[in-house]
Amino acid sequence: MSAITTPFSEASAGWTLPYRGKVGMACLIIAESAIFTIFVVAYLYYAGKTLSGPTPREVLETPIFYTICLLSSSVTIHFAGKLLERGRRSGFLLLWLLTIVLGALFLYGTGQEWRRLIYEHRLTISTNLFGTTYYSLVGLHAFHVTAGLIMLGIVLLFGLAGRVRADQSARVDVLSLYWHFVDAVWVVVFTVVYILGR
Amino acid sequence: MSSDVLAIQAAEAAGRPWIQTLHEWVTTVDHKRLGILYILYALVFLVIGGVEATIMRIQLIRPHNDFVSPQVFNRMFTMHGTTMIFFVAMPIMFGFANYLVPLMIGARDMAFPRLNAFSFWLTAFGGFLLYFSFLGGSGLYGAGNAPDVGWWAYAPLASRAFSPGHSSDYWTISLLASGFGSIGTSINIIATIISMRCPGMKLSRMPLLAWLNLVMSGMVLLAITPLSAAQLMLLVDRYLGGHFFDTQAGGSATLWMHFFWIFGHPEVYVLIIPCFAFASEIIPVFSRKPIFGYPVMVGATVCIAFVSMSVWAHHMFTIGMNSYANSFFTITTMAVGVPTGIKIFNWLGTMWGGKIQFRTPMLFCIGFLFQFLIAGLTGIMLASSPFDWQLSGSYFVVAHFHYVIVGGILFALFAAFYYWYPKITGRMLSEGLGKLHFWLFLIGFHVTFDLMHIPGLLGMPRRIYTYEPGRGWDTWNFLVTIGAFIQALAILVFVANLVISYFKGAKAGDDPWDAWTLEWSVSSPPPAYNFASTPVVTSRRPLWDLKHPEDPDSRYE
Repeated sequence: MSAITTPFSEASAGWTLPYRGKVGMACLIIAESAIFTIFVVAYLYYAGKTLSGPTPREVLETPIFYTICLLSSSVTIHFAGKLLERGRRSGFLLLWLLTIVLGALFLYGTGQEWRRLIYEHRLTISTNLFGTTYYSLVGLHAFHVTAGLIMLGIVLLFGLAGRVRADQSARVDVLSLYWHFVDAVWVVVFTVVYILGR
Repeated sequence: MSSDVLAIQAAEAAGRPWIQTLHEWVTTVDHKRLGILYILYALVFLVIGGVEATIMRIQLIRPHNDFVSPQVFNRMFTMHGTTMIFFVAMPIMFGFANYLVPLMIGARDMAFPRLNAFSFWLTAFGGFLLYFSFLGGSGLYGAGNAPDVGWWAYAPLASRAFSPGHSSDYWTISLLASGFGSIGTSINIIATIISMRCPGMKLSRMPLLAWLNLVMSGMVLLAITPLSAAQLMLLVDRYLGGHFFDTQAGGSATLWMHFFWIFGHPEVYVLIIPCFAFASEIIPVFSRKPIFGYPVMVGATVCIAFVSMSVWAHHMFTIGMNSYANSFFTITTMAVGVPTGIKIFNWLGTMWGGKIQFRTPMLFCIGFLFQFLIAGLTGIMLASSPFDWQLSGSYFVVAHFHYVIVGGILFALFAAFYYWYPKITGRMLSEGLGKLHFWLFLIGFHVTFDLMHIPGLLGMPRRIYTYEPGRGWDTWNFLVTIGAFIQALAILVFVANLVISYFKGAKAGDDPWDAWTLEWSVSSPPPAYNFASTPVVTSRRPLWDLKHPEDPDSRYE
């Protein structure tokens, strides 16, 4: 073979496969779900088994306001993506910024709760079994929120520089898929820690 | 495709300084190069893990031997197990998947090439970290100290109190790093298979190797992650004073066992499913028949993946679970045998009535079939919980899982080496050395692992560094060690074959086996872009269609 030839017949039009970014993110979400499942199982398995105080019933307060913040950020990021798809970039940026603010508020809420537990109730990760499981599970989630905020922040910077265009909305959607996952995990963590675990 | 292009590349390569070549390999994002890096990396660790096994066998060759101290023996079995599973078997499977999947589905690269490189280097640094513990395991004292808590690191042995120093932390962190690498590569393989197939390559036309690697990657997502989560908990316990596995604070040692084996058992299938994939590609080619029962093969694999997620506690029959749990895990474990049996019958059905060519890859595949069957049978024996109460933690168990891992996985891997080496390097492996390698390894394998069952039945516990004379174990242990040396000799023949054939082997050409999948349609080694133009397929055997336009498969599928 001297020239580059193809032995195969011509490609047919209309051969489309799912977008790889979305497939990759879906796989990551499956893997992350398995990690969270193990931490949730550990939390439930150890619920009520702590040998010394303080116990969740004594010290936990339900963070309703910050939960509403996080959950509504799922709505704002969804509409931000829709606006970008239609090419309305300033609307996109506004809602994107709002998403970041809501996520950051949630993180602030977690920080406040931890501060209260540590300084008022002397509960740290090594105090008792409850402390170990609580800080691990909530901390793992907070870590994912932080990672999400960093990624959202990078998109915001690119957006402010005018580099995020309508034809990139599929990529932005991949990120919002991750953000929806982080929110969904919070629903589980909230149920387990603040409702079932008390 | 074009010899001109290759000639130009070769000429360019000849005049380049080695540092530039090295730089190219270190920074590469090409799936073929990363595949080769994975495989070479795993081969290095195969030799290291093999040396560790040999040290243990020398220690056990006679009673009251003092070749190594008990402490060193503990490190050896811990490092041997960890190395072989995480830094040999996993990377070598990912190496083949990396190299072959894009070529077989008609893609130019993986879906995320940079993630691919990142995952490889994570895995690589995981291995380096693990072995750095030989130097830095005791901190800055300079005293060597490798992990010695066993490859499953049961609590509370792995806690600070019983495992001082940093050796267990090196173990934990290296498995975390390589675990994230595995997850990254699995995501990549799935995205590649779902989103990068060439036109006409429907899921129902995909080569079985791609199908089985898809299933394997899905399992990695669900099986490696529990281990990563448990390792994070262990780190919290060891560094932040947590109490996950601290029984004195209400924690549970059993929970670690569950978490470890939720990973540990599916892991066996993560390793064996790619080997099923090799057998499913190689057996048809050397039987000159298409695979028998393609859809059933796919279905059985998916079935194995599902069932294998619910068998883990058969590793824990002796901890005292209630009778419902014992019955459940006995039944599910036995149920895994059904789809596995279906696969064995399908491979036999493929060979049945075929014109079988007994080349080296086929020999290794036949060895794989035979030994994997026996390994499955001792597996069914151990699945029965009363039987397991008697033999758990004995050399019978060690013999059983080495039958799976060496007799099954390693034999299929050798078949894959002999089959795809010509594609990867452009040269054939020597048949003579290959047959010598096969027969030596076969004999060594059976001497070691057939006989190892017997001291197990006689009550010899695993992980003991020496034993009393006169218990009926002496002769068996002597023979087992002799078998290990024969295997080591066979591995030397294999390595010699790899090296000699790379320089002196016969030129392979594009398609030395007269095979049917897309990787054989490009030159050996394939060009960086794989396919000059994207192929279009109309059946499961695109190259058959090309070679036999008068009788294409697409007419029958």
